[in-house]
Amino acid sequence: MATDPYPNEGPTSNRPFPGLHRVIYVWGTVVVQGIATLGDISLFAFQMFGWMFRARPKRETLMPNFYAIGVLSLPVVALTGTFIGMVLAIQSYHQFKSIGMETRLGAVINMSLVRELGPVLAATMLAGRVGSAMAAVLGTMRVTEQIDALVSMGANPIHYLVVPRFMACMLLIPALTVMADFMGIVGGYFYSVIVLGIDHAQYLRNSRDFVGGFDLFSGIFKSVFFGATIAIVSCYRGFHCEPGAEGVGRAATAAFVQSFVMILALDIVLNLFLDAVYFTIWPTGAKLF
Amino acid sequence: MDESILSQLTASPSTTVRPILETRRLSLQFGRQVVLKDISVQINKGETVAIIGESGCGKTMFLKSLVGLLKPTFGSVIFDDHDIQKLTDREMTNLRKRFGFVFQNAALFDSMTISQNVAFPLRQHGVPKGKTASTLISDRLAEVGLPSNVLPKRPSQLSGGMRKRVGLARALILEPDLLLYDEPTTGLDPIMSDVINELMMRTRKRYPVTSIIVTHDMHSARKVADRIIMLYPYSRLERGESQILFDGPPAMLDKTQDRRVKQFVNGEAGERLMEMLSARGKGHPDTLNLTDAFDDDPENEE
Repeated sequence: MATDPYPNEGPTSNRPFPGLHRVIYVWGTVVVQGIATLGDISLFAFQMFGWMFRARPKRETLMPNFYAIGVLSLPVVALTGTFIGMVLAIQSYHQFKSIGMETRLGAVINMSLVRELGPVLAATMLAGRVGSAMAAVLGTMRVTEQIDALVSMGANPIHYLVVPRFMACMLLIPALTVMADFMGIVGGYFYSVIVLGIDHAQYLRNSRDFVGGFDLFSGIFKSVFFGATIAIVSCYRGFHCEPGAEGVGRAATAAFVQSFVMILALDIVLNLFLDAVYFTIWPTGAKLF
Repeated sequence: MDESILSQLTASPSTTVRPILETRRLSLQFGRQVVLKDISVQINKGETVAIIGESGCGKTMFLKSLVGLLKPTFGSVIFDDHDIQKLTDREMTNLRKRFGFVFQNAALFDSMTISQNVAFPLRQHGVPKGKTASTLISDRLAEVGLPSNVLPKRPSQLSGGMRKRVGLARALILEPDLLLYDEPTTGLDPIMSDVINELMMRTRKRYPVTSIIVTHDMHSARKVADRIIMLYPYSRLERGESQILFDGPPAMLDKTQDRRVKQFVNGEAGERLMEMLSARGKGHPDTLNLTDAFDDDPENEE
């Protein structure tokens, strides 16, 4: 038997446009739920910020999270960073060679890496490796009443579980971004100079001339927001996990997907902001060609 | 042991009249679903109260509402003259030192060793004066019959019964005034269930503690409790009826005339089986396929 999608609405056959009503009801529900979730996440984040300043997290809760989120993510971020740098060189080489400007590859690769790909890649790896794990761990703790146990023993679960994870994500993602940038630059240099035989001195000079401190700063600046978003979204998903193994699985998946979407949406906003700042400071801007 | 504590222990529940815990018209609702409605009970100091009732009647929700794990929709919970909903976070945290909660599946922290689990309340609230953490931990574990070689182990390395005993040791570490057990014998074999029952009784003798036990194990309730409260699902009540169908000593259970209490105490399916079958007849999607199960019975075959 088909279940009524809007059971609280009573009989619908006597409405003038039942089909239209149904569409409005379904989409209305989606919008209302979306707004409610956004409000819920905002409240969750406010509570978390409140606890961050109210009581200092304990070393014993901070260090394991710093290790799991920062140290253990480093190899995978370094590896993917190297590959991305090499892929950029492979993809761009022929276009630049056709106009005789292959020595400018250094500028293009390194600029793309430090401004965009490094931070987004580090954030994506963090969301995949750490975000979904955080949601699964917190979700399991919720389902097995461990969060209730924390509360019953006088510990605030947001202070005890969320603040250390948030701090680890926010403080260590700049280091991961720098690692992704560095390894991407090394990978791009290796493929361009060693494999493709582009002139070493010109490659480096172009990189130095076109990639400035602001580019590096903008990447790191964005990464802090990405890290914060991953922690808040993933912890929220874990805390609001539905019962059962399926609930935990859904929380882990939702944590990654929603973090990733938020990272890209935030990237647009932050890029617009940083561009505005850049052109306010340097109105003429930098020229690649 | 202190003389006053001894006198409290030896006193019968009827002589200790001061309620340590009281609920006033406690109601709990999730969306449109009413779980608890106007529950008013008084629990006296030193009493051991078993709250019984079928699955889904709201007894665990009731237990969690008592210590602020769930916020009542309406009504209040008074613990030792404090309305717990009006307390600040700091006051509530201090008050939690006086509660011990034994969760259904122990709810031990997977990321910690047994030693760290039992010591957790000490880390939150500090070690009582004149005692050391290590002594307290080993004493409590010894009280629940666990050897010290479990201390470095992880919860996943212990059996269900051992985990429950660790949960009890953790709840007892700060010598609480109120101990709450959520289905302490569920999922255990009969011997281990009785071990837990004995531990609950010994705990009561050793400490001046008030205990509330949520259970549907009638053997356990009769053995351990000196007062039994039976809750009934709100959705099944007649209009105007109280959700508390029974409130009295275990001996009175057999004398009650209420059909629903008798049905629960004796463990009879009664009309529930017919309800399921008729729901299936109406095409209810969630109903068990009971008639098919009967069809498989060789005696039913023609």
